[in-house]
Amino acid sequence: MLQIDEKLCIGCGICEDACPFGAIEVVDGVAVVNETCTLCGACVEVCEVEALSIEPEGGRPVQADIESWRGIWVFCEFIGGELAPVATELLGIGRKLADDRGAQLGAVLLGHMTGDSAQTLIGHGADVVYRVDNPALELFSDEIYEKIVSDLIVEHKPEVVLAGATAVGRSFIPGVATRVDAGLTADCTRLEIRAEDGILLQTRPAFGGNIMATIVCPDTRPQMATVRPKVMKALPFDQNRSGEIIDVAAVPRQLTSRITVLESVSEQQARVNIQESDILVSGGRGLENEQGFELLGKLAEALRAKVSASRAVVDAGWIPYPHQVGQTGKTVAPKLYVACGISGAIQHVAGMQSSETIVAINRDPDAPIFNIADYGIVGDIYEVIPKLIDKIEEKRGI
Amino acid sequence: MKIVVCIKQVPDAKDVKLDPETNTLAREGVESIMNPYDQHALETAVTIKEAVGGTVTAVSMGPPQAEAVLRQAISCGADAGVLVSDRSFAGADTWATSYTLAKAVEKSGGADLIICGKQAIDGDTAQVGPGLAMRLDIPFATCIQKIRSVDASTIVLERMMDDGYDVLQSGYPLLFTVVKDINQPRVPSLKGKMKAKKARITVLSAADIGADPGCIGLPGSPTQVVKVFPPEPRGERAMLTGTVEEQVEQLVDKIKPYLV
Repeated sequence: MLQIDEKLCIGCGICEDACPFGAIEVVDGVAVVNETCTLCGACVEVCEVEALSIEPEGGRPVQADIESWRGIWVFCEFIGGELAPVATELLGIGRKLADDRGAQLGAVLLGHMTGDSAQTLIGHGADVVYRVDNPALELFSDEIYEKIVSDLIVEHKPEVVLAGATAVGRSFIPGVATRVDAGLTADCTRLEIRAEDGILLQTRPAFGGNIMATIVCPDTRPQMATVRPKVMKALPFDQNRSGEIIDVAAVPRQLTSRITVLESVSEQQARVNIQESDILVSGGRGLENEQGFELLGKLAEALRAKVSASRAVVDAGWIPYPHQVGQTGKTVAPKLYVACGISGAIQHVAGMQSSETIVAINRDPDAPIFNIADYGIVGDIYEVIPKLIDKIEEKRGI
Repeated sequence: MKIVVCIKQVPDAKDVKLDPETNTLAREGVESIMNPYDQHALETAVTIKEAVGGTVTAVSMGPPQAEAVLRQAISCGADAGVLVSDRSFAGADTWATSYTLAKAVEKSGGADLIICGKQAIDGDTAQVGPGLAMRLDIPFATCIQKIRSVDASTIVLERMMDDGYDVLQSGYPLLFTVVKDINQPRVPSLKGKMKAKKARITVLSAADIGADPGCIGLPGSPTQVVKVFPPEPRGERAMLTGTVEEQVEQLVDKIKPYLV
């Protein structure tokens, strides 16, 4: 419950402005909270006179065997016959967490004909790989994956379990968290071990990226989090690293599913997995028409980039949905994001603001995209981009 | 077929704008709406009901004013609305929310099919749907983009993946979540609006659903928010100047490290 100390409250209204849910109102010089409060804590942080506090009533009992959970685990996605790049990225942060915690880094590898993938995971930082290689795992199945991973967690008791926030991870990992009664934080952008008690601090954007929230699971194990692709950095492959590979045999009970995967279709147009690209050239309504994407395609070629888009142009049918960046599309964090003719609505910004460098090209000098761009050019797309392509090719010495 | 649709009332992101000065939310005049993905879930449910028969019940956990989205659901074809509302639900994370919804669904007589939006646009976690299915011990599939066929015993679905789609076949009970590609939600009819106005919304409290107080709201949530803070401001922000040629020259210089 949010407690408001009426003696301390000065009715300044800062909390009212900070509340993302419109749950606080200053009435007769005192803040009053209404039913829409979600206890997010945004008001507590901003109150200058410390009049607000959140008092958890009762609270969860601490899990009895909490001390016996040890080690950092990464679920390493293997799909379409290869490791997903996010697997090694997560081993990068996992290695750091394991070292800070003085614990082992475990990798969980599920798939069929995984070849030398386990060795790859060791080279990228894993100490132990739990490998489940079985023909029944050739196609992704929520139920089969959930049972195998849940059972491994219950058996080995890792303190932390990380997974990529991919289609696969975002689908079955919530199932695992529910099965093992663990808290799960989605789409973390920062993970660190709190020095004083070894708890995992999980930071994620909330409210379309307008506030950041740090989340902990103090009383339950494992502590689980998903991380978007491209947010963490993989360690370089070290072929001299050694580790243990444990082959785990799946049991028949784990290999049944009430849902049958009839087929898995890889689409050429959807193959542009924009989340995996280092550079994105993104188009919005400022392109004026569908042909604008031909020009963007040329710029993308020059930059060795992929093409993405804002919602407006996807809705207009200029480019298919898999290209859409933003709140109702994909969240991307490339090294370079070139926004062409994108105004920068909050829903779009929410999906790309973690990009390392943002370039905006727009005719309207007041477009909000310039507020978050590192470099902005005010100008006509059809004048700027052809010159940009020429200049890039010149630099490359073509 | 008994179909349940889970619906969340969220602030309308369309109205939420960044204050360029402070880089915080300017939320003046922000209205509450039905979570956009849930509109597609509702449309999916009503379409299935029209094809195979049955009932559609819209269920929402939220404050009393969330009743509005349940009435909206009825105006768009749902037969009944259930509001799961209690002060003690406040601060629930996805673990506690899926527990509460599961209790509410059980209390309401269960379901053959539960449909949810892929995620809510205020939290973006996409965890409640799978969590709810696990608690009810029914299979689930997320991010459904198309229903290939549906009858009283079998449903064939397309699930969106990162680089294509999977075709899934299931019987019932089943829970699935939908992406917006699946359909175009209908506009409420006049008759629907009249029905929604008159409809009685069932309200269930924590006691009504027999919830364990240790599993709901903030106290029942394994995750706790310890800190909320504004995102770190981005580094150098430069509007390039000069002729187009000069600006392009400067830009290529700045992005040179990315030209590998």
